Amino acid sequence: MDKFDRLEAIAAPLRMSNVDTDKIIPARFLKTIKRSGLGIHAFAGLRYRADDSENPDFVLNKLPYRQAHILIAGENFGCGSSREHAPWALLDFGIRCVIAPSFADIFFNNCFKNGILPIVLPPAQCDALMDDAESGANARIIVDLAAQTVSRPDGEAFPFEIDAFRKRCLLEGLDDIGLTLEKSPSIDAFEARTDAEPWRPKIVLEG
Amino acid sequence: MASTLFDKIWQAHVVDVMPDGTAVLYIDRHLVHEVTSPQAFEGLRLAGRRVRRVDATIAVADHNIPTENRAGGIAEPESALQVATLERNVAEFGVPYIPVVDARQGIVHIIGPEQGISLPGMTIVCGDSHTSTHGAMGSLAFGIGTSEVEHVLATQTLLQKPAKNMLVRVDGVLPAGCSAKDIILAVIGQIGTAGGTGHVIEYAGAAIRALDMAGRMTVCNMSIEAGARAGLIAPDDVTFDYVRGRPFAPHGEALDRATAYWRTLVSDDGAHYDKVVILDAGTLVPQVTWGTSPETVVPITGHVPDPAAEPDESKRGQMQRMLEYMDLRPGQALAGTRIDAVFIGSCTNGRIEDLRAAAGILRGRRVAPHVRAMIVPGSGLVKAQAEAEGIAQMFIDAGFEWREAGCSMCLGMNPDKLKSGERCASTSNRNFEGRQGPGGRTHLVSPAMAAAAAVAGTLIDAREMA
Ligand code: SF4
Repeated sequence: MDKFDRLEAIAAPLRMSNVDTDKIIPARFLKTIKRSGLGIHAFAGLRYRADDSENPDFVLNKLPYRQAHILIAGENFGCGSSREHAPWALLDFGIRCVIAPSFADIFFNNCFKNGILPIVLPPAQCDALMDDAESGANARIIVDLAAQTVSRPDGEAFPFEIDAFRKRCLLEGLDDIGLTLEKSPSIDAFEARTDAEPWRPKIVLEG
Repeated sequence: MASTLFDKIWQAHVVDVMPDGTAVLYIDRHLVHEVTSPQAFEGLRLAGRRVRRVDATIAVADHNIPTENRAGGIAEPESALQVATLERNVAEFGVPYIPVVDARQGIVHIIGPEQGISLPGMTIVCGDSHTSTHGAMGSLAFGIGTSEVEHVLATQTLLQKPAKNMLVRVDGVLPAGCSAKDIILAVIGQIGTAGGTGHVIEYAGAAIRALDMAGRMTVCNMSIEAGARAGLIAPDDVTFDYVRGRPFAPHGEALDRATAYWRTLVSDDGAHYDKVVILDAGTLVPQVTWGTSPETVVPITGHVPDPAAEPDESKRGQMQRMLEYMDLRPGQALAGTRIDAVFIGSCTNGRIEDLRAAAGILRGRRVAPHVRAMIVPGSGLVKAQAEAEGIAQMFIDAGFEWREAGCSMCLGMNPDKLKSGERCASTSNRNFEGRQGPGGRTHLVSPAMAAAAAVAGTLIDAREMA
């Protein structure tokens, strides 16, 4: 996973609430056994017309937002399925940070596993950033994870909250599994204590 | 201190706690399917890691597979590769696998409880958001992403912060013609698709207690549509009766000891909930969605709302977009809206009880000539049961397509899809734009409502056909 520390980038304004994971990446593109290459399918239903040509009205098809690394969106972003293809598609498109008033839980969690920083800010601040983002390439937004701030082009900084553990994992690009495996003795002890419990039978398939 | 059911299950699974409060949570059951697991197994392989507990893991293919002509294999090359990859991975890592042609194959959330793999008190995960279904057993069950699938395969644990507690109490007696699906649609209509975000929902109250296990699964299934990662219901005699005799459940003396433990899995009097929602089932009317979010739900006796009456500008715009997509007019009655397709199935409503409810509406009636109607049982065993009971033949005689088990038109990953502009009455759980096929229009309903719509050729109040 790539580290995330500071990002200064163009932000794309996506003025929609309840953007679901079927919108971020429709199910027909989930038939892959890889994580990479999903960027061209990001927001496929909005980004392409029925004949597969680009829809010029969609924000990510407009210059300069083709180069956006930050997405500003409405509430409940990422609702719907657990598909990690959603953050994979965003990442492959180039998005490293999504800012919204609220997120769906599973999507929120999946972002951290892929070096994407989801930031929750109050609706009024999201609106301000949305307005900034409308002004395109001149409006770079700065996300500083160490300082936990999002800075507007005029220098005003909004502080944001992040769980200490997740912050450390992002800053250092840490592998969760490696961290958990350091706890193997505790897991062994837990299993030794609970394995024989009658309500936890082992799964054994015959044949 | 008084604990909720969620608190109790959580506490029983904490292996360790990190300084910031993140818990290492032990996972009892890991269900694996073909769409969200290939990258996880690949990750294990690259890191030289193994599957820690194959005896707590089970795999099945369901999302991608065709629901006709099973023996003919999978024609679509990408789908075939995904299933072949699953089969290669389970063989390589020694994970128990139910093959596509096995009678026990089915939607992962149907077969977990059906086989007695999902049991009360367990932590259950799967790379699929509708894992919440298994909470009906009285377990903590939630969907995870592929990175977490890999994490569970490697460590049999997850790194988690405890969720908040939410109580949804449904009082009263469900009127005839209404079902568990109508309860959960009404709940989502009331609290919204983000209403349960950050929470685990415990469903309680007389109307929930009165549901059979199939109904409880329908309710817990759609917790995610209310924003909650998990929904659960305290296990009781209905649960214990259901578990008895299931292939992977404990038997004999072990079952007695397990049941004694399961009886302790109830929320204590005075337990704290961060949010409480109360609903009266007695006043419910069959529900139907009109928009492209599960919260856009009205009684079938109701009308499409008017965006002009919505004060919030962004919500108003969204409603307008939904109506445009759904090709509906403000104020239009839902009943009488012409449909092109009917889908009965999915992890929400693909159990035998759901098929019986649909069959109860048919009784000699036929599918309207312009409607393409499809029944996709949730598992091979549900299919066999329906065939043994004679209801499969009823469906076929009425003009339904009778399919093999799988996810099918719930998400349109296999060849079962709506065509652009087609309108479908569906027993599935999501009405998102394009969910059942690009341009397809979905109205979420109960099995009885779907069957009634198939006969009438329009959305209709199923109680008129009872
Ligand atoms: S039936 Fe639908 S909701 Fe359920 S697991 Fe399959 S695709 Fe997901």
